[in-house]
Amino acid sequence: MNDTELKNLVTEYRKQFPVLQQDIAYLDNAATTQKPVSVLDAMRKYYEEDNANPLRGVYDLSERATRAYEDARVKTAQFINAAAPEEIIFVRNASEALNLLAYSWCEDNLSEGDELVVSVMEHHSDFLPWKYMAEKKGAKLVKLEPDETGAVTDEALAKCLSEKTKLVAITQVSNVLGRVNDIKHIAEKVHAAGALISVDGAQSVPHMKVDVRDLDCDFLSFSGHKMFGPMGIGVLYGKREHLEKMRPFLYGGEMIATVHWDRVTYAELPHKFEAGTVNVGGAVGLSAAIDFINQVGWGIIESQEEILTKRAIAGIKNIDKIRIIGSQNEADHKGIVTFCVEDVHPHDVADILGRSGVCIRAGHHCAQPLMDHLGVKSTCRASFAFYNTEEEVDRFLAELSKVRGLLGYGL
Amino acid sequence: MDFKTFYNEVVTDHNMHPLHKHAIENPDIEMEGVNPSCGDEITVQLKVQDGIITDGGFIGDGCAISQASADIMIDMVIGAKVEDAQHLAGNFIKMIKGEATPEEIDELGEAGALSDISHMPARVKCAVLGWHTVDEMIKGMNK
Repeated sequence: MNDTELKNLVTEYRKQFPVLQQDIAYLDNAATTQKPVSVLDAMRKYYEEDNANPLRGVYDLSERATRAYEDARVKTAQFINAAAPEEIIFVRNASEALNLLAYSWCEDNLSEGDELVVSVMEHHSDFLPWKYMAEKKGAKLVKLEPDETGAVTDEALAKCLSEKTKLVAITQVSNVLGRVNDIKHIAEKVHAAGALISVDGAQSVPHMKVDVRDLDCDFLSFSGHKMFGPMGIGVLYGKREHLEKMRPFLYGGEMIATVHWDRVTYAELPHKFEAGTVNVGGAVGLSAAIDFINQVGWGIIESQEEILTKRAIAGIKNIDKIRIIGSQNEADHKGIVTFCVEDVHPHDVADILGRSGVCIRAGHHCAQPLMDHLGVKSTCRASFAFYNTEEEVDRFLAELSKVRGLLGYGL
Repeated sequence: MDFKTFYNEVVTDHNMHPLHKHAIENPDIEMEGVNPSCGDEITVQLKVQDGIITDGGFIGDGCAISQASADIMIDMVIGAKVEDAQHLAGNFIKMIKGEATPEEIDELGEAGALSDISHMPARVKCAVLGWHTVDEMIKGMNK
């Protein structure tokens, strides 16, 4: 596929996103992505034709709702190459997945004196649940620090691992640095140390092929809304052997086998972890989003995102007094470019760009420990999806080059 | 809203050349204010004698809006009676919520340059950071 063919394909796919038909350059895809018509239609069709409370009713409509939900689970399992659909637990988002995991797994597997290794680049949702459980259990939270380019070196990892390590929590792609961690390699080291590895896939699953069996990770968490799906549906993947031994997180309806005043038996996987009426509409939307990604293909998604990232980084380097955070090598950024404009607070940068229709994120990106580690208070972030265009990148760069001047600083 | 009404000269000037962005000598009270949406922190210091604010300053980092607003705030409360400063803080917070009368905005003098922020929910916390902190300080004094 040459550049023109890619451009034409992107133009065609872009037309399927209603939100993108307005005059904006939406470059905040690490926060959430826009939704194609196929996802919106699938959800609408579910609610118009098949909606009932699933897993309970014996009438046909409820069975259709159940089927829609369980088909989504099968599709999600295939998408990340899980060994079985029961290894897919539907939750609200990656944050809930990580809370479920930390609360449930640590309760029975973490004791006083044990160690949990958490990388300093984790999103707050992959830091706070572990920190809370470590404190509750009297365990130690060990900080895994990447080098200045965002890479986790073997030396840094080896320093954190010991016979006391029970679990390592790490993101596959940093939501600030955009760096891809070599999870397969890290998982080998972690397993050799006798510990488990939990991977935050919120920024990786939407942008690259993630195969949990190839990576050999014990757990993987991700959100539907960052991969063209709706908000309110997310996934915790876990190897069956671990999930089976874990206690429930939320208690209530649908997660039981039998309940009597003096004895309770919980449901089998995956329902043990899905208390209450589940989000079938969301699961149907996620399923349609997976179909959409499969239809577009990783070749187009990754090629286009690489072109956009390279263009953005080269352009930023051409503007004076802007510093790119993390690696200076564009190949190290998986669709995410974080930067600081000298003298100008990131909120002002994002506000000024926002007034021209360029949507970027400013702040600490829910990664304050990483901000401390990098020695910055907050930063600006542009993040791409394959539906973004080179024209949008140029529009972003043009507005960015005006920011210092508009605030009264020399260019 | 047009860029100029928002990042107007009053704001950019107070941001680039703040008059009171420094620690003061022997403050009687100081308090830290945090904007949780961006993590910005400022510390406001005041010197109070016989119910009158005789000196003030602030230190910390933040966006142009928060820094300019805090600088204007300190400028206005120096020399004011404590209760007058609190009255101004009340006016300012009302203005940002879009609830102030023209007279109340008038009393705010230069701080009235930030009135358009009432249309920008994302920046409200930036604008009120300094005023809110001083309001809390005075409430603490009165306890």
